[in-house]
Amino acid sequence: MVSKQIVFKQKLLPYLLILPEAVIILVFFFWPASQAVLQSFFREDPWGLSKQFVGIANYLTLFSDEGYLKVILTTLYLSSVVTVFSLLGGLVFAWLVFSLPKKHGSMYQTLVIWPYAVAPATAGVVWLFLFNPRVGIAALVLEYFNVDWNYVLNGSQALLLVSLAASWKRISYNFLFFLAGFMSIPRSLVESAVVDGAGRLMVFRKVILPLLNPVITFLLTMNLLYSVFDTFGTIHQLTQGGPNHATETLVYKVFSDGFLGLDLGGSSAQSVVIMTAVIIITVIQFKFTQRKVV
Amino acid sequence: MRKRLLLAGALMLCLLPLFAGGSQEQVSAQDGPIEIFWWHAMGGKLGEKVDAIAAGFNSSQAVYKLIPVNKGSYAETMTAGIAAFRSGTQPHIMQVFEVGTGSMMAAGKAIVPVYELMKRTGQAFNSADYLSTVTGYYTDPKGNMLSMPFNSSTPILYYNKEAFKAAGLDPERPPKTWAEVEAYSKKLVASGAVKAGFTTAWPSWLMIENFSAWHDTPIGTKSNGFEGKDAEFTINNPLVVRHHENLAQWQKEGLFRYGGRQGNADALFSSGEVGMIFNSSAGYAGAKASCDFEFGTGMLPYYDDVKGAPRNSIIGGASLWVMGGHSEGEYKGVAQFLAYLSSPEVQADWHQFTGYLPITYAAYDLSKKQGFYQKNPGTETALLQMTLNAPTANSKGLRFGNFVQIRDVFNSAQESIFSGEKSAQEGLDEAVRQGNALLRKFEADNT
Amino acid sequence: MAVENKGGILLLHVLCIIGVALILFPMYFVFVASTHNVQAIMQKPMPLIPGTQFIVNYARAIASGSRMAGAFSASGASMLKNSAIMAVGITLGKVVIAFLAAYALVYFRFRGSTLFFWMVIITLMLPVEIRILPTYKIMADLKLLDTYAGLILPLIASATATFFYRQSFLSIPDELTEAAMIDGAGPLRFMVFILAPVTRTTTAALVVVQFIYGWNQYLWPLLMASTPDLHTILVGLKAMIAAEEQLPEWNIIMATTILAALPPVAVIVLMQEQFIEGMTEKEK
Repeated sequence: MVSKQIVFKQKLLPYLLILPEAVIILVFFFWPASQAVLQSFFREDPWGLSKQFVGIANYLTLFSDEGYLKVILTTLYLSSVVTVFSLLGGLVFAWLVFSLPKKHGSMYQTLVIWPYAVAPATAGVVWLFLFNPRVGIAALVLEYFNVDWNYVLNGSQALLLVSLAASWKRISYNFLFFLAGFMSIPRSLVESAVVDGAGRLMVFRKVILPLLNPVITFLLTMNLLYSVFDTFGTIHQLTQGGPNHATETLVYKVFSDGFLGLDLGGSSAQSVVIMTAVIIITVIQFKFTQRKVV
Repeated sequence: MRKRLLLAGALMLCLLPLFAGGSQEQVSAQDGPIEIFWWHAMGGKLGEKVDAIAAGFNSSQAVYKLIPVNKGSYAETMTAGIAAFRSGTQPHIMQVFEVGTGSMMAAGKAIVPVYELMKRTGQAFNSADYLSTVTGYYTDPKGNMLSMPFNSSTPILYYNKEAFKAAGLDPERPPKTWAEVEAYSKKLVASGAVKAGFTTAWPSWLMIENFSAWHDTPIGTKSNGFEGKDAEFTINNPLVVRHHENLAQWQKEGLFRYGGRQGNADALFSSGEVGMIFNSSAGYAGAKASCDFEFGTGMLPYYDDVKGAPRNSIIGGASLWVMGGHSEGEYKGVAQFLAYLSSPEVQADWHQFTGYLPITYAAYDLSKKQGFYQKNPGTETALLQMTLNAPTANSKGLRFGNFVQIRDVFNSAQESIFSGEKSAQEGLDEAVRQGNALLRKFEADNT
Repeated sequence: MAVENKGGILLLHVLCIIGVALILFPMYFVFVASTHNVQAIMQKPMPLIPGTQFIVNYARAIASGSRMAGAFSASGASMLKNSAIMAVGITLGKVVIAFLAAYALVYFRFRGSTLFFWMVIITLMLPVEIRILPTYKIMADLKLLDTYAGLILPLIASATATFFYRQSFLSIPDELTEAAMIDGAGPLRFMVFILAPVTRTTTAALVVVQFIYGWNQYLWPLLMASTPDLHTILVGLKAMIAAEEQLPEWNIIMATTILAALPPVAVIVLMQEQFIEGMTEKEK
């Protein structure tokens, strides 16, 4: 682990310092999470009136369901599209604004960051309205270009819509980080490159991008996490996982089976599968990148 | 910075008392009236009406105070109620959508059946006062009322009179059969008045559940689940398959346009994209507010070669369940409130304001007497259709567990059929297979 | 490296305007919808110019909460107050506990620190919604349902802030610590008088992030509050949308959407400089 050369010697103090956070995550994260693990081995009615131990039956059901593979693929697809789209969007925008004289740039900056503050629950409603087949403005534009837009029936269109809506808020977030990244690059470095006759794109590729590496790595992680875990609210508003499961992701399935469908055992098993996968991925990622990450 | 930190610390300290002082709920029970909590999913204008009903009840007596609390959507309300029951903090009354009925009936001591509540508290109550087609959905096989119907609706046809005129159709004569729906749609599209002939809201509720009841055909064994948790679905029968083959074909020809789940298809009708929509009768007020053209209503169409059709349509919407685990004193108040809610005046007002069905004959008669249906042509269609014939075992309602998820299965199957991904037979076979799996799971979970 | 020639600047402006228009269009759309009556919104195409119903709709949006027969449904003011308490509580809670924990992780060596670090990392992964039913049970057992603490605490169990602080602390030169030690400053003095001021921009950035996160919570406040007294503005907003079989009053909903989005938008707009500064400093 990256660490300081100089540290304080106190023995008890660090424990006191981590105490509040430790208590909070133990009680409000690990306790409920362990309940989910337990629950995944039981079969129970929603009211908790009857409960029987069923071993790994819930897991077997899950893995024998061929639909689950489709859900995994949808999740991978959606998260990569959202990550790429929102990173690129944020990067391009930040670069434009950064290239402008500061006075001009800050005006756009103020406007671009708005969507970040809009609640996911309401963002979904907005997009629903924009893309409502035939009535929404965006749908009318598509109709004009002879696109047969009907995302309530066309799975790939639905997936595209969810990706767009999920990326929208994220572009603002990434924009801020990229802009901050650009600003932290020492001017002298850039200027000397320019003096050496390097073109604008060249400077961007050879000087700026490498320096942005930590920001990009950080944002990559954050955006992947976001697109895997936090998009279910958007999905719920826009498509409820449909049409015909085209927009059902891992987390949406946990939410719809557990919270809406009240299948406690089954959805707990799904949660455990996700948690395990995430822990493995995190460990691998940190093993490989901890020296580079921010 | 130091100042800011201090300020932050001070703020934190100020917030601490807030943390401590929660639980206003039960504290005042001794001094004030007995509080009765009612969790519901009525938003917007309906939510305001619910509050007005509560205010009316509270001012009609001084012993109880009814407190309605909005808990989000139907699904969220139900999940919140169940989570609360598991933690011993359940409300007295919970509004549950009709697809949750199967789960509520299996809830054992978590609920108090309404007929039992009335008997126990000595509240005057006669189940014969209630519209049998409405209560049928919420009774046990012996005919005992388990929950109190509150907002019930049934699907009807809405059609655009102006588009009908433009297409040379008689604006006072909506289609009666599916053959007519097809013929009318062709004319409507050909005239250029609309882009597609018709659409439907709530695809499973309309084109599977109500379609079957209307044609006096079961969607599952064991009297649509009323007689046992071991029921199985039969929606891959020739009739439903034939209908979905037609819908898929019409979708391809541009006569039908699928508009999404729940009420999402509304916009297609109100914007004049389609000439007809099948939608909940409770959408009447909404359609009035959002359509800038004159529209009429009609009964659901049927295939005239099917014996026994049309029968009667079934309901949707929600009913009120009384939750277990409260004191007798509180239950007295709950019973009193349910009786208040059923009184002709309250019911007629609710019915006329919202477009939901009146749940008692008295409220129906009162609305007639007040001239409501004359003043608002088209509002009685739903009632006439509901009461067209006495319900049979096939048209009494549905009682399947896990139905929230099952409806999702049905919707998915319909979407795969309408998009041409699967044939009607393949799609419905698959729906039956997955639906049965969910039924078996429910059976296993609730033993 | 700002562009200096006139043509380049103009081109950049054009590109920026197109981009901003695309990004802000949904917001503009919401605003337009909030100034029409329902009939106009449901037409094809929906008008793109603000209508005349601004005052009517916003008055109803503001009043509706309290107009819902007064006694029960929370008033708009009370919902806003609850949102504010929740957002501020989550912000303060997260920032304070994360600061302390990150300080311990970076400036001390202690047994179990690696384990603790991993525990924190894992919490990055699961949003509260997935573990929401067991969390509800726990809150009931702890008798925290229907309290502000119950509203806030489960939402501060997450790692982002700890991460940010950790990175920020790691980038601070060791000389600073050395100098403080030579001056005889103990760890607490160092933390309060040197570390906190030095990392104040990180704190500012985190305040922005957490405030917005807190303000926008929906599912947990809805599930947790069994009395309208604790409803937040977003719960109120969604209650308007959940008209089920009926047609929602979209114009009023859009007006409320705008009102509900104002405070977090104000926070990010007012604090954007500090936010960017905080993020920049982290990369030093």
